[in-house]
Amino acid sequence: MNNGLEYAMHDWYPVAIEGELEIGQSRQTRLLGEQLELRCDDSVCDASVCDASQRAGNTGDSVGTITIFSNGRKLPVQRAFNHLWTTLSEKPRELFAISEAQEPGRRLVPCGVVRVKCSPLRAVENFLDIAHFPFVHTDVLGAEPHTEVYKYDVRIDDTDDEVIASNIRFYQPQASKSSSGGIETQYIYRVPAPMAAVLYKTCPPKPEAMDVIAIFVQPLDEETCNVWPWMALYDDVSSMADLIQFQQLIFLQDRSILENQIPRRLPLDPKMEIPTRADLTSVAYRRWLKRHSAWYGAQISIDSLQNHSEGPNAHELAE
Amino acid sequence: MTIRFYNYVLSGNCYKFRLLASLLAVEYESVAVDFHPGVEHRSEKYLRLNPAGTLPILQADGRVFTETQAMLVWLASKHDKSGAWWPEKNSDAIVQVMQWLGFAARLSATVGELRLHSMLNKDIDAAAAKAGAIKALRELEAHLVQQQIRGEQWLGANSPTVADIACFPYTALSPDAGIEHDAFPAIRQWLYAVRSLDGFVTMPGIHELHEQRDEQSPAAETKTS
Repeated sequence: MNNGLEYAMHDWYPVAIEGELEIGQSRQTRLLGEQLELRCDDSVCDASVCDASQRAGNTGDSVGTITIFSNGRKLPVQRAFNHLWTTLSEKPRELFAISEAQEPGRRLVPCGVVRVKCSPLRAVENFLDIAHFPFVHTDVLGAEPHTEVYKYDVRIDDTDDEVIASNIRFYQPQASKSSSGGIETQYIYRVPAPMAAVLYKTCPPKPEAMDVIAIFVQPLDEETCNVWPWMALYDDVSSMADLIQFQQLIFLQDRSILENQIPRRLPLDPKMEIPTRADLTSVAYRRWLKRHSAWYGAQISIDSLQNHSEGPNAHELAE
Repeated sequence: MTIRFYNYVLSGNCYKFRLLASLLAVEYESVAVDFHPGVEHRSEKYLRLNPAGTLPILQADGRVFTETQAMLVWLASKHDKSGAWWPEKNSDAIVQVMQWLGFAARLSATVGELRLHSMLNKDIDAAAAKAGAIKALRELEAHLVQQQIRGEQWLGANSPTVADIACFPYTALSPDAGIEHDAFPAIRQWLYAVRSLDGFVTMPGIHELHEQRDEQSPAAETKTS
């Protein structure tokens, strides 16, 4: 039996926004089917259980120290990208980097959490999809008749072990809160972990830079997740509330669609859902998940495992 | 004079105002309030404006309104020259409209709360909210069936009123809370009719009508897109 938990349990996952819990507060949540309790107190961080947090400079400051328990066991905690992260593993993989988070002048915007009744992998895959923009994010991220997804490049980067999609361009009526009018937006996508995705897109007020938008997915179980959108933007004009609501508007337009996708788990068998050329990123993502046996939230048949089929190549896909 | 509206994009109550303002082509200034994750509506600044700590808040005519249903009546009575959206001269209709304006609060307290629970992890008694939501939707369904038998498709009168706008968002958003519309055919038709109105706007979870419409539906004729 292998349900993918073996891979998933060694990754880090977000469970709260930094500073969100006040001293004395506690909160229940779930991770990979396990019940977690988050407690915030004013004690000084115990370096033996929380060395990552120590490295990040957390010494039990005024925002309090968060301790996370699962079945009486203390879990590791670290702070990154304005969130608190934890893992069920004793020997976790290193959390991926987003170097732009350190760039001066960027506004770092945690956008809250949205619970979605869908597989955590489906949430990531939807974030990677461009073709739905004109139909789901009408007049914001896309508009008819500009529905064509032009040819773009996808590769699995073996050094960093990430899926990367680049050279993507798409016409957008309102690419971001800071844009006024339609532009052709450039995109790069990264999947640095099975349940996280980062996109880089044209930054309207600063053409030499790219805005960064990510989703960090907390798998509650295989068919339910918490999604934590996060942004690192160059925008000195919009209010924080405006930036957050723009992102929430977009993500919540996806939510009702995600909750209605059948089968609930992401099918990794290439015969289950027929991709087109616009779905190249998704094809690479599924292939990469399969290669790692990262099947938590996925549906896979014994038949496809025996055939070692990895799905179609780019040249086999319809335009 | 400026109409200032304090808005949260995912709120069904805020959407009631945005929807009716769009249907009546009323322009206003919108101020985004960080309801989630910032809980800005409970900050000192906003509590001074609205001690109840709720959204939306409307500033207009030198007044502050904090009750959504009152905002709808304000919009209709000030900006609808036809008098159809707030039929104050028709005593039979206005009583029905008041009935369903009141009922809208029940939808917010049940479907609305369950939706916040399902979506933003709000800590509530979800089982009680769900039972209350289904009960309220059944009552609405029964009323709409009776209206259909009378040959009418709106809640309170023979044309849409503020009551329809007050009850529309949380009814339409019930799938966000895990309650699908399959068991409520009359509700589905009524939702379709509201979405067919000229000037209709969407919100996340409430989609635009597709251009290819069901020709059988009576609502299909009223839409001019």
